[in-house]
Amino acid sequence: MSRFGAWWAWAIFIIAALYMLVPLVATFQFSLQQNPTGEAYRYIFNDVKFFAGLGYSFLVAVITIVISLLIIVPTAYWVRLKLPRLRPFIEFMTLLPFVVPPIILVFGLIRSYGRPPLAITSLPHGSDVVLIGAYVVLSFPYMYRAVDAGLASLDVRSLTEAAQSMGSGWPRILLRVIFPNLRVAILSGAFLTLAIVVGEFTIASYLAPWSFAPYLSQLGVFKAWSAAAVSIISFMLTWAAMGILILASRGSAGRVQIAGAR
Amino acid sequence: MSQTSTPARRRPTFSWLGVVPFLLFTIAFLILPIFFLVVGSFQDSQGNPTLQNYLDLTTEQPATAYKNSIQLSLITAVIGGIFGFLIAVAVILGRLPRAIRSAVMTFSGVASNFAGVPLALAFVFTVGQLGLVTKLLADVFGYHLWRDDFFGGSFSLYSMLGLVLVYLYFQFPLMVLIVAPAIDGLRKEWREAAENMGASSFQYWRHVALPILLPSLLGSMILLFGNAFGAQATAYQLTSGTINIVPLVISAQIRGDVLHNPNLGYALAMGMVLIMAVVILIYGLLQRRSERWLRA
Repeated sequence: MSRFGAWWAWAIFIIAALYMLVPLVATFQFSLQQNPTGEAYRYIFNDVKFFAGLGYSFLVAVITIVISLLIIVPTAYWVRLKLPRLRPFIEFMTLLPFVVPPIILVFGLIRSYGRPPLAITSLPHGSDVVLIGAYVVLSFPYMYRAVDAGLASLDVRSLTEAAQSMGSGWPRILLRVIFPNLRVAILSGAFLTLAIVVGEFTIASYLAPWSFAPYLSQLGVFKAWSAAAVSIISFMLTWAAMGILILASRGSAGRVQIAGAR
Repeated sequence: MSQTSTPARRRPTFSWLGVVPFLLFTIAFLILPIFFLVVGSFQDSQGNPTLQNYLDLTTEQPATAYKNSIQLSLITAVIGGIFGFLIAVAVILGRLPRAIRSAVMTFSGVASNFAGVPLALAFVFTVGQLGLVTKLLADVFGYHLWRDDFFGGSFSLYSMLGLVLVYLYFQFPLMVLIVAPAIDGLRKEWREAAENMGASSFQYWRHVALPILLPSLLGSMILLFGNAFGAQATAYQLTSGTINIVPLVISAQIRGDVLHNPNLGYALAMGMVLIMAVVILIYGLLQRRSERWLRA
């Protein structure tokens, strides 16, 4: 490539960088405009609803991650070890959440669990259960891919046989051998889930209007400066989650994870 | 899962039990809810079987919603796809410093996940009536974006054009992420071979690189289409749910039967699932085709 090549590359890069950075700068600048400077942030840090929403979403994310891992790791392991013929089927099942956008999923969930005979959402914590269930299913595609890619780099059969020959049972093999060897894959799946669940709006706005994204949405209507402040905080949280993800997966075969529409 | 240390190999009939928790979860929180929608979409208000709901999708409001949704997704997929591809080419083949390449890839990973409410707000603070760019344009150039003539019309962020602007923010980086491996897979030897035979840079791209990349480019754009088509949060926050696109009609339908026919709502939802299924199918086929040449 000629030196000219670098010239057009710079031009494209600069246009792209402007497009991506200006909205962030504008948001930050807007969050500082309220008088006195910092008032927008002071309001947030004194708002009980902010911490309640963030705390709730964070808790939901952690529970989602734990359940998702408890289901996906044994499943992916088992399919690799014992049921290789089921692989295409399981892969197909983990593709389904891409086909069903969140707005359709929540529509179906409310239709099925919001009225008799399965009116789960009217039970105490019922809507929390449905919300977490939906997030677990949404996390399956990238959790499965991350874990399956991790398993591919291990010699699952030898590890299993070694553990068995030393007298380990299945729970012990999974907990002591498979999980620790999948650390990187698990971390990358977990942090992607964290970033997505904490910021998820579509499903949360129906099943948990008090959670983080719906809170931010309402804030945008009546307290724009503080909404700008929370947007900045939210962006930094996404950065933190993705940063850890990238650090964790450094050196291992990196794979693009795509989370789907919002 | 078996509690003993005996390998399940000796009892092959039970080994499928290992995938039961996964299947149960998927059925309870994905298959069953969609099944209810499917059934509802083939019923009239009395519960009798009918195809009328699907025929009613061609009436004005649902048809316009589909038209708008498809238009929005198509435009952002094509613009986002082309520009995202150019960014990826610039970063990978443009001899920019290595640090820029990894910064762009990292930022793309973050930005493609930065959608929804905060993204919509960020654009309001940028080109909304009180936005930073709006104010700069007025102060520096005396041009009032929202008041003055804008390409023969007037500008609003809370419009289709506004949605295009905002959606591109997550479409570019997604394109960069999915197309980068394909560009990485272009081998140096192919370019050298083309040059040895006297091909210009243009001829190399026209006859070698682009044909090889084409399936993967199209596949990525199809995925971008689906990404925009299924998005709800960004559009909802930006337009307060007032724009007639399918995801917003469905959100209004959940809150309070705006179509005055619950079953029509289910059919509308199934139409969306069908389009997404086609999208994923075409993506899968193109992906397989592009792997023929490009093995990363």
